[in-house]
Amino acid sequence: MPTTGNPVLNLSVFAVFVLITLYIVYRASSRNVTASDYYAAGSSFTGAQNGVALSGDFLSAASFLGISGGIAAHGYDGFLYSVGWVVAWLVGLLLIAEGLRNTGRFTVGDVLAFRMRQRPVRAAAANATLVISFFYMIAQMAGAGGLIALLLNVTSKWGQAILIALVGMVMVLYVLVGGMKGTTWVQIIKAVLLLLCVTLMSVFLLGKFGFSLSAIMQQATENNKLGEAVLDPGAKYGFSAMSKLDFVSLALSLVLGIASLPHVLMRFYTVPNASEARRSVVWATWTMVIFYLCTLVIGFGAMALVGTDKIAAAPGGENSAAPLLAFEIGGAVLLGIVSAVAFATILAVVAGLTLAASASFAHDVYANVIKRGNAEPRREIRVARLTAVVVGILSIIGGIAANGQNVAFLVSLALALAASANLSTILYTIFWRRFNTIGTLWSIYGGLGSCLVLIIFSPVMSGAKTSIFPDIDFAWFPLGNPGLVSIPFSFLCGFLATIFSKREPEMTAKAAEMEVRAISGIGART
Amino acid sequence: MTKAMRSPGEAQHEYREIRGFASFDDPETLSYVDSDGNPKFELIRQTDEFRVLRRRLTTFIFPMTALFLSSYLTFVLLSAYAKDFVSTKVIGVINLGILLGLGQFVTSIIITLGYARYAKRRLDPQRQLLAEMTGVEE
Repeated sequence: MPTTGNPVLNLSVFAVFVLITLYIVYRASSRNVTASDYYAAGSSFTGAQNGVALSGDFLSAASFLGISGGIAAHGYDGFLYSVGWVVAWLVGLLLIAEGLRNTGRFTVGDVLAFRMRQRPVRAAAANATLVISFFYMIAQMAGAGGLIALLLNVTSKWGQAILIALVGMVMVLYVLVGGMKGTTWVQIIKAVLLLLCVTLMSVFLLGKFGFSLSAIMQQATENNKLGEAVLDPGAKYGFSAMSKLDFVSLALSLVLGIASLPHVLMRFYTVPNASEARRSVVWATWTMVIFYLCTLVIGFGAMALVGTDKIAAAPGGENSAAPLLAFEIGGAVLLGIVSAVAFATILAVVAGLTLAASASFAHDVYANVIKRGNAEPRREIRVARLTAVVVGILSIIGGIAANGQNVAFLVSLALALAASANLSTILYTIFWRRFNTIGTLWSIYGGLGSCLVLIIFSPVMSGAKTSIFPDIDFAWFPLGNPGLVSIPFSFLCGFLATIFSKREPEMTAKAAEMEVRAISGIGART
Repeated sequence: MTKAMRSPGEAQHEYREIRGFASFDDPETLSYVDSDGNPKFELIRQTDEFRVLRRRLTTFIFPMTALFLSSYLTFVLLSAYAKDFVSTKVIGVINLGILLGLGQFVTSIIITLGYARYAKRRLDPQRQLLAEMTGVEE
């Protein structure tokens, strides 16, 4: 295929980028001594730096490759992702960021177990974090595999599997070397690069079409087999009553799940105080708004200049829309740059995720459940690094299995899980005094469990030709995204389990402390 | 900034000095920090200053959340169930649905900036007041 440019050139742009970031990570982490440094970068980042890093956590492969690809393939229905991603920030800003920052130290478990019985709640929080991160990582690995396959023009499934494995190993290396500080710097650098890259591409595209979005979309309709109908809702989700429900379910998971992802929650700990946490979300919102406006232009631009059919046929499928567009407008050099930025994006996000997952296991399970709070910090960090390796290997396997699926769609499953397990529990624990240990366990496991079961028995896993296992059929749940059922279910579980179980009078002092700290920030750094 | 707050008894000491002789009768009831320097959260929670802060926070965030969630869901439900309506072309081939979606971007920015402003004017000063009164800060 002629569209992949020159593999040697592509690869050298890459190699240079990987080496530069690895060096930065190494420099930044040379003083990585305490657990606080490793997990929360010693809470040393300013609101602005952290805000850019925070948006970096979100401007992932899913956003860049998946959403622009979704728009290039399905027009309006892909645009839903852009809107959901932006609005979701408000959940983080208004409900979660400050309260979480004021009551926790390193992980989600810190907050959830604050005024509950420590061991069962920490274990539950860690389980949820591991499952969510695993699903999210699968999406990133699949995206990385597709991207490299496109660059090197590798079309065989085996070749792509090997690429995913190699890419995965590089990513785990970043976390092992860098910790939170290194990861944060990679996030900042890549967020700035990515933003520059999409903005320049969008301005160029708009300029080419006389600064008229309408003209781009007009041209796009001529390169899609649906014609003008692709600009209306329904290209992907509009065929039946059930697929419309699926659309609503996806929308709900997007808006509620994004701010509940463990690595995003963990990011709120890297600022020194609550007002910096707030400032960082404000920064992130601006970055996100600009970025997602650009995905709209790039998505329709790719449909207009590359064409939907050509995108679908390329290695990596829908996820290749943005790189193919780059090649179309800027030749091999722009393709190399865009791919390198996209790769850095995946790298940074995976590093953040691996860190969240390993922190959660080492800090919540190892230090607090197994060692009952008496773990030696150095050993705890060693356990964290070991977990990072295990999580990395598992997600490489998952990524190989999910290779070829739209990464934004894969991410939406992780979002449904995050919203089901974390959101209800965090909101209850911060804002509802009566909430207790039993309620916490029910809302975590109820949400996580129902969501997992519904994913397993959905058309995503089996029964349709786009499924991961297309040849067998054990699906009975009709929706591709379970959020519509599992998110309300977790709220209900937490509520009922709390009011039907005993109050915990021994926890009133802790509950008062949590309330005062969450709302006022008083005593937050003890 | 964070370290200075925790130095045991320092802030508490200042507080007693301000209260002067009044604290002689029963100094314990006036202090919001126990003898180990830990804040007495139960006591702080019952102060008017804390209640005002909590009310200001919740009266902003919950209505705003309801507002943006309903605006977002309106967009989603219209897209799913009122296809002809949102397919109405407005500017060239750009239809009402795309404009409604972009409208969500605008409301997100407005709410974000609104919250930042509200927090700066109404929440942060109250937090400061509470911190000065109790002698406990972050």
